[in-house]
Amino acid sequence: MNDFDWAFLAETLLGGLLAGVMYSLVAIGFVLIYKASGVFNFAQGSLVLSAALTFVTLRDHGISFLNATLLSLAIMITLAILIERIVLRPLVGKPQITLFMATLGLSFVIEGLSQFFMGAAVHELDLGIIDVPRAFGPIQLSQFDLIAAGIAGTLVIVLSFFFSKTRTGISLRAVAEDPQAALSIGIRLQRLWRIAWAVAGVVSLVAGLLWGSRQGVQFSLTFVVLKALPVLIIGGFTSIEGAIVGGLIVGASDSLAEIYLAPLLGGSVSTWFVYVLAVVFLLFRPSGLFGEKAIERV
Amino acid sequence: MSSPSSILRRPFTQRVLWALFLAFLFLAVPKYSSDYWLNAILIPLLIMSLAGIGLNLLMGYAGQASLGVGAFMAVGAYATYNFLLRFPTLPLPLSLLLGSLVAGVIGLLVGIPSLRIKGFYLLATTLAAQFFIEWIFSQYGWFSNYSTSSSISAPRLEIFSHDLSAPTGRYLLTLSVVTITTFLILRLVRSQTGRSWMAIRDMDTAASVIGISVYAGKLRAFFVSSAVCGLAGALWAFAYLGTVDALSFNLDRSFQVMFIVIIGGLGTIFGNFLGAAFIVLLPFLLQYLAGKWFGGTISAGDLTNLQRAFFGGLIIWFLIKEPKGLSAIVGNVSRFLSRLTASLSLSHKTHP
Repeated sequence: MNDFDWAFLAETLLGGLLAGVMYSLVAIGFVLIYKASGVFNFAQGSLVLSAALTFVTLRDHGISFLNATLLSLAIMITLAILIERIVLRPLVGKPQITLFMATLGLSFVIEGLSQFFMGAAVHELDLGIIDVPRAFGPIQLSQFDLIAAGIAGTLVIVLSFFFSKTRTGISLRAVAEDPQAALSIGIRLQRLWRIAWAVAGVVSLVAGLLWGSRQGVQFSLTFVVLKALPVLIIGGFTSIEGAIVGGLIVGASDSLAEIYLAPLLGGSVSTWFVYVLAVVFLLFRPSGLFGEKAIERV
Repeated sequence: MSSPSSILRRPFTQRVLWALFLAFLFLAVPKYSSDYWLNAILIPLLIMSLAGIGLNLLMGYAGQASLGVGAFMAVGAYATYNFLLRFPTLPLPLSLLLGSLVAGVIGLLVGIPSLRIKGFYLLATTLAAQFFIEWIFSQYGWFSNYSTSSSISAPRLEIFSHDLSAPTGRYLLTLSVVTITTFLILRLVRSQTGRSWMAIRDMDTAASVIGISVYAGKLRAFFVSSAVCGLAGALWAFAYLGTVDALSFNLDRSFQVMFIVIIGGLGTIFGNFLGAAFIVLLPFLLQYLAGKWFGGTISAGDLTNLQRAFFGGLIIWFLIKEPKGLSAIVGNVSRFLSRLTASLSLSHKTHP
């Protein structure tokens, strides 16, 4: 093992961690909604797609970067409020699997409509970040990845502060703990749901822009949700810290497995490796690393 | 429960009606139906109903949500294919049975974590199986006999040298398998096994307190469910597509079967047929409506997207309006009709 390339290993690992920050970002959108309403939101991926599509379409119509961002934000928040009003409110108190199926249906609606109105072609998205490799000693990292991870990381920190320090964030936690009790002390459930979905919409916009500028805005953006799921399993559905740590673990192990394991098995392993890893984690921690353990009473 | 799953205990007249209906399906339909109807509608409808029954056993009866149906269907299809390929003397029914048993065993393995892992965490575990199994079949050539294309054509389809490759033959094969399996499953869900599943579904801690072995129950549910799904997968490959293709058992298939179960009604057997009919017929209806409303002014891509959105909207509408599914609607309607006829005959008697 003398000629083992340690710099390459470090490069792969760091590249994976940077990608992992973006997974964390999507996963946090999940966690927020799960904590606020107990909904396993499968439509997160389609929100990412529709946010990016909206932004690109606005840009194509010659609207300035700032205005396009603000307009897309407004559209995502409106969408969030509509979802709460039309889909979630009639389903209050229904079993979790029903809510999950509803978000699955919702993802079909969002994907279908946004592609119908804004086209299914691959759109180029230029954020003005130049992608050049930067050398740190023997390690080379993509400047775009660094900046993207920086933006995502900042948002992650802001969100975890929002969650633990602000009044709204604390009421969200109260709702997650016990919706009945939260209602009885005067927390407005529907307002909180709107906020949670709006934040998820904002997160989707950021994720959609970062991802979209890397691989083009297209349908495959919705697959981000499939990468974010193992993040949630590893970290736990109810924990922001879990989403962060889980994202880093998934990002790093994904890129390591792709480089070192895939050649041994003779093909790309990225569709399943992190899922199998997540199952291994689950066997030892059935509610994720940071998830709350459910206490069962008869 | 007055669901149609109690067929076996129904009075004589109802049994006769069911027998007549089956005779209609077995004798009249293949004689008068066109090949297009058999190929495009009836065969996929029956097979998807079977897959729905498989998932419903796990999800509706035993309460373990799964998104691995596509994978179990793939295992059934590939296992049956390999039995047929490597043991040419094996008759088709035996290969189907063995293929479905293999799928059951794989399902059992996937179900092992289910004692510790619950709810959405378990759902994600089954996703791991879905992606891993899909990958194995497209990665390793042995399973598809080193075929150069990703899809391989299915070998001979015959029972005791009766050729079944015509649409009628494939329809009758599918119908027989589905009928036999459905009757067996109807017995099973009313047996002790089925009742212990429902106890586990309603609350597994309570079930274990009253002496039900939760672990054995869950594993049994995974085994039977995957075996039924495997059977459906084998039929899908052999009787419907004519090829064995890992791509036709992807995550979308798993979602589709889950939609069938939800739309048909969780915890019902008959509902799966309604759900499958809905899923199979809806695209035809949408196509027809689109042709009527837009009449060629709309591109195929736009149409697909509109259909997708419409389908999603319909799912949401369904979940809000009738979360118990189509079988509950049918049950309500039939109860209403029987009350109506009862009150009519009553009024007839009081006012002669």
